[in-house]
Amino acid sequence: MNDILLYSLIVLGVLGGILAVILYIVAQKFKVEENPLIDEVEGTLSGANCGGCGFAGCRAFAEACVKSASDKKSLDGLNCTSSDMSKVAAVLGLTVEAAEPKIAVVRCNGTCDNAPKKTHYEGADICAFAHTLYAGGSGCPNSCLGLGDCVKKCAFDAIHIDETTGIATVDEDKCVGCGACTKACPRGIIEIRPKGKNNRRVYVNCVNVEKGAITMKNCKVGCIGCQKCLKECPFEAIEMRGTLAYINPDKCKQCRKCVDVCPRGSILAVNFPPRKPKVEVTESVNNESKE
Amino acid sequence: MNNYLISGSPHVHGNESTKKIMYSVIIALMPAFLFSIYYFGFNAVRVTLIAVAACVLTEWLIQKFLIKGECTIGDGSAIITGMLLAFNLPSNIPAWMIIVGSIVAIGIGKMSFGGLGNNPFNPALVGRVFMLISFPVAMTTWPAPQPLFGSQIDGFTGATLLGYVKEGIAKGVSANELTVYENIEPLIYSGSLGEIGSIAIIIGGLFLIFRKVIDWQTPVIIIATAGIIATVCWLIDPTQFVHPMIHIFGGGMMLGAFFMATDMATSPMTIKGKIIFAIGIGALTIIIRLWGAYPEGMSFAILIMNAFVPLINKMCKPTRFGNKPVKQ
Amino acid sequence: MNPKKTFPKGGVHPEENKLSSDKPIVTFPIPRQVIIPLGQCLGAPAEAIVKKGDEVKVGQLIGTAKGFISANVHSSVSGKVTKVDEIMDHTGYRKPAIFIDVEGDEWLEDIDTSDTLVKDITLSREDIINRVKDHGIVGMGGATFPTNVKLSIPKDKKAEFVIINAAECEPYLTCDNRLLLEKPNEFLVGVKVVMKAVDAPRAIIGIEVNKIEAAKLLDDIIKGDEYFSGIEVQPLQTKYPQGGEKQLIKACTGREVPSGKLPIETGCVVVNVASTYAIYEAVQKNKPLISRVVTVTGKSVKNPSNFLVRIGTSSTELIEAAGGLPENITNIINGGPMMGKSVSISEFPVIKGTSGILMMTDKEAQPRQMGNCLRCGKCINACPMGLEPFLLCRMSKNNMFEDTETNNIMDCIECGSCEFTCPANIPLLDYIRYGKNKTGQIIRSRNQK
Repeated sequence: MNDILLYSLIVLGVLGGILAVILYIVAQKFKVEENPLIDEVEGTLSGANCGGCGFAGCRAFAEACVKSASDKKSLDGLNCTSSDMSKVAAVLGLTVEAAEPKIAVVRCNGTCDNAPKKTHYEGADICAFAHTLYAGGSGCPNSCLGLGDCVKKCAFDAIHIDETTGIATVDEDKCVGCGACTKACPRGIIEIRPKGKNNRRVYVNCVNVEKGAITMKNCKVGCIGCQKCLKECPFEAIEMRGTLAYINPDKCKQCRKCVDVCPRGSILAVNFPPRKPKVEVTESVNNESKE
Repeated sequence: MNNYLISGSPHVHGNESTKKIMYSVIIALMPAFLFSIYYFGFNAVRVTLIAVAACVLTEWLIQKFLIKGECTIGDGSAIITGMLLAFNLPSNIPAWMIIVGSIVAIGIGKMSFGGLGNNPFNPALVGRVFMLISFPVAMTTWPAPQPLFGSQIDGFTGATLLGYVKEGIAKGVSANELTVYENIEPLIYSGSLGEIGSIAIIIGGLFLIFRKVIDWQTPVIIIATAGIIATVCWLIDPTQFVHPMIHIFGGGMMLGAFFMATDMATSPMTIKGKIIFAIGIGALTIIIRLWGAYPEGMSFAILIMNAFVPLINKMCKPTRFGNKPVKQ
Repeated sequence: MNPKKTFPKGGVHPEENKLSSDKPIVTFPIPRQVIIPLGQCLGAPAEAIVKKGDEVKVGQLIGTAKGFISANVHSSVSGKVTKVDEIMDHTGYRKPAIFIDVEGDEWLEDIDTSDTLVKDITLSREDIINRVKDHGIVGMGGATFPTNVKLSIPKDKKAEFVIINAAECEPYLTCDNRLLLEKPNEFLVGVKVVMKAVDAPRAIIGIEVNKIEAAKLLDDIIKGDEYFSGIEVQPLQTKYPQGGEKQLIKACTGREVPSGKLPIETGCVVVNVASTYAIYEAVQKNKPLISRVVTVTGKSVKNPSNFLVRIGTSSTELIEAAGGLPENITNIINGGPMMGKSVSISEFPVIKGTSGILMMTDKEAQPRQMGNCLRCGKCINACPMGLEPFLLCRMSKNNMFEDTETNNIMDCIECGSCEFTCPANIPLLDYIRYGKNKTGQIIRSRNQK
């Protein structure tokens, strides 16, 4: 009995020793010289491989960062989320200008109430396919189809289809602004915008380029291209793209004048504190309640 | 408000549905079930009901509380697993063992892979093999039949025909002697619920072939392969090997060939693949029966071949249209 | 007649439901307004050459083809152009179209509007192809591929057969069947024209046996007239997709079109019945493609009918004439039930490729409960191209486009047999179309490099 134990110990021990030596030799012989910084940089990244930087995954991005740092002593032209970039810069002993944090915005508000469905879709849950099949439940060819191509592409679990509205919504805390969803959307509804001061943003919540009269039929909140906001804006931040208003985030000072003049309620201001109700508004409300 | 349906073509669909296929299989299992009731009496009903109920309940619990997804017990696939598992059990097995087997069959054999259609192994056989290894005595002690009508034989337990033959040959008794009719007569109807009524199983299998739920190739080739190998062995040495008819109609050959090996999810998809699969099962079954440790090899053979299915599927692609050179 | 033939692998047999097969073609009255979309064919839409206020006559060119794969558009009525604007087509997207208010019915002078049969083909090969091109003829089975491109045989190839696709394997549709029964002589002259255009000595009319009447009629005419020698009628088994180009060639000649190649590789040119008739009218009568036969049908439709309508007529008028829109209609299909497209709105203009308007009630178009794939292999058995639809579906779903390519996804003819037969009701074809689209993009971008 003890013999068996002894023999097996010896055999296994010797075998293990020999294999360890072989492994060591092979590892030495085929060693790939790699900058240990790459591993370090990669460690600071999220590892989601979202592709927002334009590289094939976080590893490739880390390699590019290290190369750029050693060649040019800068990280120009390399973009990741601002927090990750500052970490990468710290590892490489460089500084980066704190880029403005960005976020994805879904520019459609065609909920069931705003844009009643005229048709319903059954079939594969792929927006890109449904897009080839029909204009959308409400008839608006620029509306969110709500089948979740963006959800599938999001590596951060930051975008979801709202069950009540059927429209994609972005989770502000999770979104890093990588832009994977913008590429996935067949209708170009999602845009990457600066997150804004205190997370406050003003943007046109519509990408519809159809004529005003047609938009009126399909959707209660679609931009009809009336240009009222264009005239109202004191900073020339609004430009017209065909019959669609677009707020340039670099020029917008978030005065929210456009929000008030928009007859359709297409311009959205998010994360602003509620305004103090004006006097006449409260009066009318009071009157109504009295009546 | 017209609310038109938008869908990609085609807009019409055939009459087949998962439910119809599953319930066809259940109907096809009925003759064998009735046969087992006739021979084992109330015990057959008890085993089958417990297995079916345990399987359905396990699937429901997993879908409801673990996956928290859609509940699909209505499609009948769990009922089939339960029935097939019961058909692989002796009639006097204790209830708790059946329940453990059912939980393994559905929980490990099926749901852990993603439910219906995603399981690489036949769930009923996973359950059966688990039970065979865990409770070898209970699983290999068969009571003598207790016919529904007629005198009951109490307290007699014995082996199946195949077990008896195997044991006999191992002891050095000539196969000819072993298979004298008087010796094997009391053993013909000894075995698991689904092992005894070959004719009833064939009737059910023909119904499935007629309904186009299964292809005729798989069962026919399994039985033919097993039969040919058994015949060759028997012709070489009739003292060492028993008559091929015992192999074809004995044990789980019919049940396995018609109901287990033809399980859609765990068999190859093309006819070519099915033929390879069936030859493999037939050959392995006989090899295990003749030279293996167990007297019965059907379930192992099917499980082994199940493991080869992805490979067979990869190898046996259907003939693509337009890959032949043009003859002008 | 030859014995019945078919393609060897796959195929399904949906309920035929040829409700309107004994309803004669009714010439539909000229509507008060027509809307003629400019994009009526595969490829680039035509360019409008009329503007608001212009007077047009029947047969006048109003849109010219832009690019190689594109077709001319002609006015189907006489009257005044009210606007050149966008119109919602059956998908709900807006496409450019010409709106014409009808005034009288004045034809261009050089169009022969009489009913006399013109048998002598005076035009040369090139002239025939040019005439087909000028008169805007496209494949009228639904794919709307410009016919002149099809008839222009590459120099290094030789056409041996003209194959006429009279299979009409789509359930419900009967427009080709009625055309064959009512205009057999014109149709057969059309076949001769096509034979001359592609210089083929033989023509085979592939026709499913559920239209045996038409087959017999054609056979009798061919046998009774020396002029039609070289044409033969080939009865085919009633099986879907018998009318698929590659399946039809296989059934009629036994030749297989190589993967990724055009039918001319096997020496065959396939033309649809309605297109053949349109070619006859264009070449022999100088009449552009301005009208077509449309089947308006459905199980709950009062009066399933076949109408000869001018291009641009509104679908609602056709539905009215067939007994009105029945109650509980949930799915209106432009084309047949197997390959047609569901429409978003019931009002859309009839175009060159509209072979039928099919209305289905909520009972027929019952909601589909999608289940897990059982790996039953029914889709593999049904696929006429020898593909593995379940596999392609899974790969497309997971964006594995290298694998879809090696598994021949580009060979898929999108017939829908796999989805028809699937017991788990998986929208296989939806996923495969998506995968095919993406794989095609990848292949194209690679070829450009």
